[in-house]
Amino acid sequence: MSDTKLKRVDLIFGEYSNVKYKVLTDTIKRSSDEILDDLLESGLRGRGGAGFPTAMKWRLTAQAPSEEKYVICNADEGEPGTFKDREILTRVPRKVFSGMAICGKVIGAQRGYIYLRGEYKFLLPDLMKELDGYNEHAKSIGLNFPIEIRLGSGAYICGEESALFESMEGNRGEPRNKPPYPTTSGYMGKPTVINNVETFVNVLMIMRLGPIQFKLLGTTDSRGSKVFSVSGDTPIPGIYELELGMPLDRFVDEFGDGDTKAVQVGGASGFCVPRKKFKDTVIGFEGVPTGGSMMLFNSSRSMFNVLHNYLEFFEEESCGQCTPCRVGCQQLRKGIEAVKKGDKKSLYLDQLMKLAESMKITAKCGLGQSVANSFSSIVYNFKEEMIY
Amino acid sequence: MATNNNNYIAELVGQYGKNRTSLMPILQGVIEKKNFISDQDMTEIAKELDLSAAQVYGTATFYSFLETQPRGQYIIRVCKTITCDMHGKKTIVQTIEDMLKIKAGETTPNKKFTLLETNCLGWCHEGPAMLINEKPYSGLTPEKVHDILSEYMHK
Repeated sequence: MSDTKLKRVDLIFGEYSNVKYKVLTDTIKRSSDEILDDLLESGLRGRGGAGFPTAMKWRLTAQAPSEEKYVICNADEGEPGTFKDREILTRVPRKVFSGMAICGKVIGAQRGYIYLRGEYKFLLPDLMKELDGYNEHAKSIGLNFPIEIRLGSGAYICGEESALFESMEGNRGEPRNKPPYPTTSGYMGKPTVINNVETFVNVLMIMRLGPIQFKLLGTTDSRGSKVFSVSGDTPIPGIYELELGMPLDRFVDEFGDGDTKAVQVGGASGFCVPRKKFKDTVIGFEGVPTGGSMMLFNSSRSMFNVLHNYLEFFEEESCGQCTPCRVGCQQLRKGIEAVKKGDKKSLYLDQLMKLAESMKITAKCGLGQSVANSFSSIVYNFKEEMIY
Repeated sequence: MATNNNNYIAELVGQYGKNRTSLMPILQGVIEKKNFISDQDMTEIAKELDLSAAQVYGTATFYSFLETQPRGQYIIRVCKTITCDMHGKKTIVQTIEDMLKIKAGETTPNKKFTLLETNCLGWCHEGPAMLINEKPYSGLTPEKVHDILSEYMHK
C-alpha cells in the first residue's frame, strides 16, 4: 500500500531556514529581472484557483508606470471546502510575508496588505505578533515594505480581487468591470499584484530551492505541489500537500471511504466529478483545476441536496449587482425545487442548464460565471437524483 | 446629533483616520464595541468621514458580519454549508435552539445570545462548526455544544 500512496510533499509547511528571514534577505539582493526569470522558469501558476502565471502578473505590474503600487495577499478564503490558507497563516506566516516582500521589491511597491476573512479574526493576535517581527526585520535590512492586515466582514464575494479592492476602499464588495486589470488599476486605482496566500509561499520556496528543483514536482502544465483541503465523506479529512497533476482515481483510493460516488473539485464553484470519470480526470490546470478544495461524497448522499446547498450559498453570497447572477442563482434553486416536487417536468432541467450557461457568459464576475460549473456537472451526471 | 454615546466613534476615527479606506476598520470597531451598528452610529461616521449617510449605510449593510440591528452579547454563527450540513449541522442548531429557547435568527430576551446560520466558516474537515463572536468551535456534537454554551450562560 505504501508504495502506491500519493507522494507527500513538504514544501509549503516545511521548516523555516535556520537564520530568520534568510531567503528574503538573500533574494532582495538579486535584481528584479533575475527573480522574475526564476519565477518564469518555475512555471508557477496562481494557487487561488484561476491559475494565472505568476511571473506574468508580476512583470505586467512591474512595467506599469506608477510611483505608487501595492502588493495584496488574498486571504479571504471562502470557497466551501477550503481551509488551507488558515493553516498556512497559522503555521508558516513568515513565508507568506517574505513572498509578499519579494513581490514588493520586484514590482516596486511600497506597501503590502493581507486581506484576512472576518471568520479568521481569531488568528489576529498571533499573526500580528509575527508581523511585528517581520516589519522590524524589513527595516533592519533596509527594505521599505511594511505589511498591514485588513479584515473582511463575512462576504464570500470579497475573495474576487476587484471586490476585495472595493472592500478595502470602504465600499460594498461589488466586483468591477475588467479590464482594466489590477496589474494596471487595482487597489486605489494603482497597479497592484494580488495573489493567494499559497502563491506567495511558493514564490519563496522557488527562491530557496531554485526553479529547477521546483519543476521536478508536478506535470508540464501544473508545476509544483499544492495544498489540498480534503473534507466530506473521508476517514482522513484535513490538509495535505500533494504533487499537482495526479489522477483523481488515485486520490479517491487514498482519501475515499470505499464508497465514493462523486468528488467536488474546486469547491462549490468547481466541478463535480462522478465515479465513472475518476479514472480520466487529472487534478491540475490540464484537467480539473482547484484552489485546493476536494469534497468527497459517498453513495448515502443525495446530490440534489448537495446542489441545493450550493445554490443557497450562491444566492446569498451573490453581490446582487448584475442581473444574471442575482436572479439566475435564485431561479436555478427554485427550478430544481420545482422539478423535484413534480411541479415542472424533467425536461425543465435542460432549460435550467441553458440558464446556467447564459450566466457563464453574461455574469459580471467569477461568482456568477462559475455557478454553471457545479450546476451543469451535477445535473448532467446525476439527473435521476434531481428528478426522483 | 452627536451625543456622549458616540465618543467611541470619534475615538475610532482618530485611530484609523478620516479616509474612506478607514470605513471598514471603523465599522468593525463599532461591532467590536457593541455588536451592532445603529443608524445614529452610521450618521455620525458619515459626518466624521465627510461621506453621505447612504454611503456608510450601503457599505455597512453589504457585509453579513456588520450587523445593523441589535444583537445579543454573544453572536452564535453555525455553519450551514455543505460538509457541516452533511455532518449534522441540523442537530447542532436544534440543540442550541432548545438550550436558549429561541429559533435561528432570534435573540434571547435577556440580549445575551443571538443564534444565526452562516455560510462556510472554513472548518470543513472538522464540521459541524460554529463561531461565538470571533471564537471558532469545531467537531461539534450536541454534548459538546451543551458544555460550551453552559459555560457562556454562566459568564
